[in-house]
Amino acid sequence: MSLLSLRGVTCRFGGITALNRLTLDLPAGAITGVIGPNGAGKTTLFNCITGAYRPTEGEIALRGESLVGLPPHRIARRGIARTFQNIRLFHSMTVWEHLMVAQQGGGLRASLAPLGLSGPLPRRRAMAALERFGLEPYRDRLAATLPYGVMRRVELARALTAEPALLLLDEPVAGMNSQEAADLAALLHGLSGSGLTILLIEHDMSFVEQLCAQVHVLDFGTLIASGTPAEVRRIPAVIDAYLGVEA
Amino acid sequence: MLLQQLVNGLTLGAVYTLVALGFSLVMGVLGVLNLAVAELFMLGGYVGLSLILADYPVAVAIAGAALVTAVLGVVVEKVAYQPLRNAPPIAPLLSTLGFSVIFQTAATNIWGSDPLLMPPDLLDARYRVGSVSVGQAQLLVMATAVVLVAALALLMRHTRFGYGLRAIAENRDVARLLGVPAPLVTSGAFALSGALAGVAGVQIGLHYSAITPYVGVEVGLKAIAVMVVGGTTNIWGVLLAGPLLGVLEVMTVALGGAAFRDMTVYGLMILTLLVRPQGLLGRAGGAQRV
Repeated sequence: MSLLSLRGVTCRFGGITALNRLTLDLPAGAITGVIGPNGAGKTTLFNCITGAYRPTEGEIALRGESLVGLPPHRIARRGIARTFQNIRLFHSMTVWEHLMVAQQGGGLRASLAPLGLSGPLPRRRAMAALERFGLEPYRDRLAATLPYGVMRRVELARALTAEPALLLLDEPVAGMNSQEAADLAALLHGLSGSGLTILLIEHDMSFVEQLCAQVHVLDFGTLIASGTPAEVRRIPAVIDAYLGVEA
Repeated sequence: MLLQQLVNGLTLGAVYTLVALGFSLVMGVLGVLNLAVAELFMLGGYVGLSLILADYPVAVAIAGAALVTAVLGVVVEKVAYQPLRNAPPIAPLLSTLGFSVIFQTAATNIWGSDPLLMPPDLLDARYRVGSVSVGQAQLLVMATAVVLVAALALLMRHTRFGYGLRAIAENRDVARLLGVPAPLVTSGAFALSGALAGVAGVQIGLHYSAITPYVGVEVGLKAIAVMVVGGTTNIWGVLLAGPLLGVLEVMTVALGGAAFRDMTVYGLMILTLLVRPQGLLGRAGGAQRV
């Protein structure tokens, strides 16, 4: 069953077509990859799904319900979270505050109640995230003062405290060494095993092959191939557009 | 004598602090100056004083003023800001200036341009501590300021609304992608901003025993100087700058420089912009947006 479905999604900026009649389905609980050269429209795809951009044409639906036209915070609350290619944390907020801010909702009263009194759930989730990502030592540190690797973990932890159904990762292993990438792969594998659907943009093909059941290849905003990582590697158009250039 | 002036200065500083917090809440969230805050301050004074003159307790007057100015703050947001969301920053600045004129004209029409006087026997007890005499009204002004600042700190540091507000102030787009309801939180910031200014208006009415339609321009706008001196990127800078400028102003008058009163306040603002542009507590490198 597909969790997210895109039908003929087109996104144009002036004369530039960043996404061209894109149709694809994300199977629930699977890890799906999106690859393609720079400027292929991968990040635009994320921006359309999360509501940062509104597609010019086409339909995007989560569990059959349309997301097009909803403001980003409503889409987030329906269960879509993302991380960014270049980390975007709030520099004047602590790690703990990052884990709490993503847990909005529950109405006006809940959002105005002092956190100690707003029920144990948000705190419990934030505690669990601190533990899972090894962030306890950094709990009260300001994000601006953290080492790069820790910032990446905070961003992922922040995305997950909202307990999304779909997680969008934009180049999650950029700047990571092979050990960190392996740790992340294991973590994502575990999350996927517990039912989370993941869509990731990544240039690192070995990371994609290791994790993704299915890969979609974008070039100039158009979907040029889909299949297992091994399959897409053999398609000539993909080699021309992407892999050949990289290798 | 000097100590007495210090107390008077701190009272005025408490008023400046609250209005400056009102300015900087909106500044932080939208990066735009809401000039109408100064006139919400004036209207708060009128609403509060009218309630006092109608024999309501002072606490009711303060709450009533806060409520009215909070609602008007949201009206300013809906009319002067929201339609101009994507316009250059000068557009909303001018539209809030328009609101200032409307509020001032409305006040002149409703209450007249003569000062509205407080009942002379209200809160007129004075307490002597050594050589210093502190009025009941002064105590009340300082106490409400302390309570409100503490409440605001609690809201910003310990509620999800506060986290959402701070997240939006730093990066609106990312905050929205995390599920922070930006429109609601923005309206909340305007309501809070209006309420703080409104309470400060009642305070100035109690402190001066009178209110005029021009108090927003005379006193309220000085809070912009307070905000700049404190640093617009950190709302807590005004906790230092408010009392500082209040004391400085009162001392200038006490030392015979009544003519230079406003010059010291705005002069310090200009000096800050020249010497420490980020303000007392602002982040270094973060130039102020005024």
